[in-house]
Amino acid sequence: MMAGRSFKVYVPCDAAAISVGAADVAATIRREAYRRKIDLEIIRNGSRGMLWLEPLVEVEAGSGRMAYGPVADGDVASLFDADFLSGGSHTLAHGMTEEIAYFAMQERITFARCGVIDPLSLADFEAHGGLVGLRKALAMTPSAVVETVTASGLRGRGGAGFPTGIKWKTALEQLDDEKYICCNADEGDSGTFADRMLMEGDPFSLLEGMVIAARAVCASTGYIYLRSEYPHAIKTMRCAVDIWREANLLGENIEGSGTNFNIHIRVGAGAYICGEESAMLESLEGKRGEVKVKPPIPAISGLYGKPTIVNNVLTLATAPFILAKGAVHYKNFGIGRSRGTQPFQLAGDIARGGLVEKAFGVTLRELVDDFGGGTRSGKPIRAVQAGGPLGAYIPTRDFDLEMDYEALAKAGAMLGHGGVVVFNDTVNMARQARFAMEFCEIESCGKCTPCRIGAVRGKETIDKIIAGDNRTENLEILDDLCDLMTEVSLCAMGGLTPMPVQSAVRNFPEDFGG
Amino acid sequence: MAALIDKLEHAPARLICGRHDNRPDVLLEILHEVQATEGWLSDDALHTIADALNISRAEIHGVVSFYNDYKREAPAKHCIKLCHAEACQAVGSGALAAHAKNKWNVSTGGKSADNKIELEAVYCLGNCALGPSAMIDGELIGRVTSERLDALIERCIEESECE
Repeated sequence: MMAGRSFKVYVPCDAAAISVGAADVAATIRREAYRRKIDLEIIRNGSRGMLWLEPLVEVEAGSGRMAYGPVADGDVASLFDADFLSGGSHTLAHGMTEEIAYFAMQERITFARCGVIDPLSLADFEAHGGLVGLRKALAMTPSAVVETVTASGLRGRGGAGFPTGIKWKTALEQLDDEKYICCNADEGDSGTFADRMLMEGDPFSLLEGMVIAARAVCASTGYIYLRSEYPHAIKTMRCAVDIWREANLLGENIEGSGTNFNIHIRVGAGAYICGEESAMLESLEGKRGEVKVKPPIPAISGLYGKPTIVNNVLTLATAPFILAKGAVHYKNFGIGRSRGTQPFQLAGDIARGGLVEKAFGVTLRELVDDFGGGTRSGKPIRAVQAGGPLGAYIPTRDFDLEMDYEALAKAGAMLGHGGVVVFNDTVNMARQARFAMEFCEIESCGKCTPCRIGAVRGKETIDKIIAGDNRTENLEILDDLCDLMTEVSLCAMGGLTPMPVQSAVRNFPEDFGG
Repeated sequence: MAALIDKLEHAPARLICGRHDNRPDVLLEILHEVQATEGWLSDDALHTIADALNISRAEIHGVVSFYNDYKREAPAKHCIKLCHAEACQAVGSGALAAHAKNKWNVSTGGKSADNKIELEAVYCLGNCALGPSAMIDGELIGRVTSERLDALIERCIEESECE
């Protein structure tokens, strides 16, 4: 090893990486380098999204970075012995990070910088294409910004898939002096972590998207509603906002453009329903997170009765790319009416769990088998639940389904926020159906009866089915109850809880004594 | 709720409200901060917040009882949250909760008899590829096995004995 040379080592500060020891590994590398009198700089980057390899340590090696993982504390000395700082071979070595098939097969747009840069370095952010979209937007008229986003075909990534440009246009057309941009970072769906990963790995991209949205609809105040279960993301986002204020990327007359915009971070308090936009707005006003009747839609009358854009983290963080590269470039990814890319999250019993950003049209089989590598346990896959706790249970025979809003809806499923949770053959689908009802019972805001009472009755009815009590009759009652909840619930909580229940009954009748 | 009537001034709560300009829309944040300072939300604290923000005690009760994070009684010394959502269920979170109950005699939602630990169910910690997940006193832990959980609980118990 050359004396006097300085090395760059990357150890993620992402919460998932920390949950399996990344902070300890970083400290051990620092100590070991000191002991060996090696000059090295440790950068705490975000995660590359290959979570089964975390803690994934990377070393800068000329043309790119070499990956080593999963690194345990006890491996550090042997990595130094193997001269990993110069890319030495080791049992944990995976070659160049970006040549790992899992990573190389992706189309990273929203997550292009995540895991690459130091999340809180503005210089790093700019060096990797940050601020280009924002500066373009600031030089454009609001309606031109809206038109670009509309032309890109971008749809809301929170789950509903509503065209973003139409929402922005509606808000722009309102003549109120005060308008709001509210980022929904209440990522409560089980099996999803993309918002968290992005906020921890590339927080400025979200801020950039929010300022673009503010420019587009002439809003002056923004809020990020972030769930309390994400303490690392909260800390990172707070620092990011401070850095942007210092740099006049937030505040008065941003970069001399005449746009005034500020962002405040608000922390939720453990209520799944606050991911529903009207409940989130109530919560932002300091109230109980109860769902409101629509119309009026938030883009016309939202926070404090003012026009409000409510968009998911990923939707907002994708806007800068669209502005920078143009609507057509983005629209060229995807199929049908699902344009662009979707960050999928592979979770549950899966060998290679993590984040996969791919253009729409990728099949479930490609995600689960090619990327995911089957189950972690080695047992056969029985089902996946796609789209969070309100999404359908899909059997393996349907794995050729293309990931596309319309195709999934036609198959009685949904994309939601892009979560894919894999279950092995030990799963009991009647139990999962029961849990869907139980979760709705726990998390219902209580405003409407079909959801509040339906969930309880649904759980009781599934209990009877599990116990073998009048199965045929109770399955009919359950189906009828599910239809009622779907039709008349106020929001997606009660309206979609039947999706996992009915898909479980339909696709796995044997677990319901059928 | 009778206990909420006629309560004493709670100085830390008053201070925190003042720092937020006594704005009622910042109520959730104020409750978080008071709870972070005191560990829980006492009648005195809620009374003081209601007074400072000029909103009714009923409104405060409505908010506090709606959200899972807010605690209305003093917590155990260490809080262990186990994720019970689908992605963690798929890798055995149910067995983990059952193990905790058998070995440590703490049910989900309950405290140990000596008040050293409490066990809470949470629905998703955003660590779904590395489950089962737990959060112990705010620290996120992935790929939790029953052995790992035992070691973490033992650490909590030892720490409470040192305090």
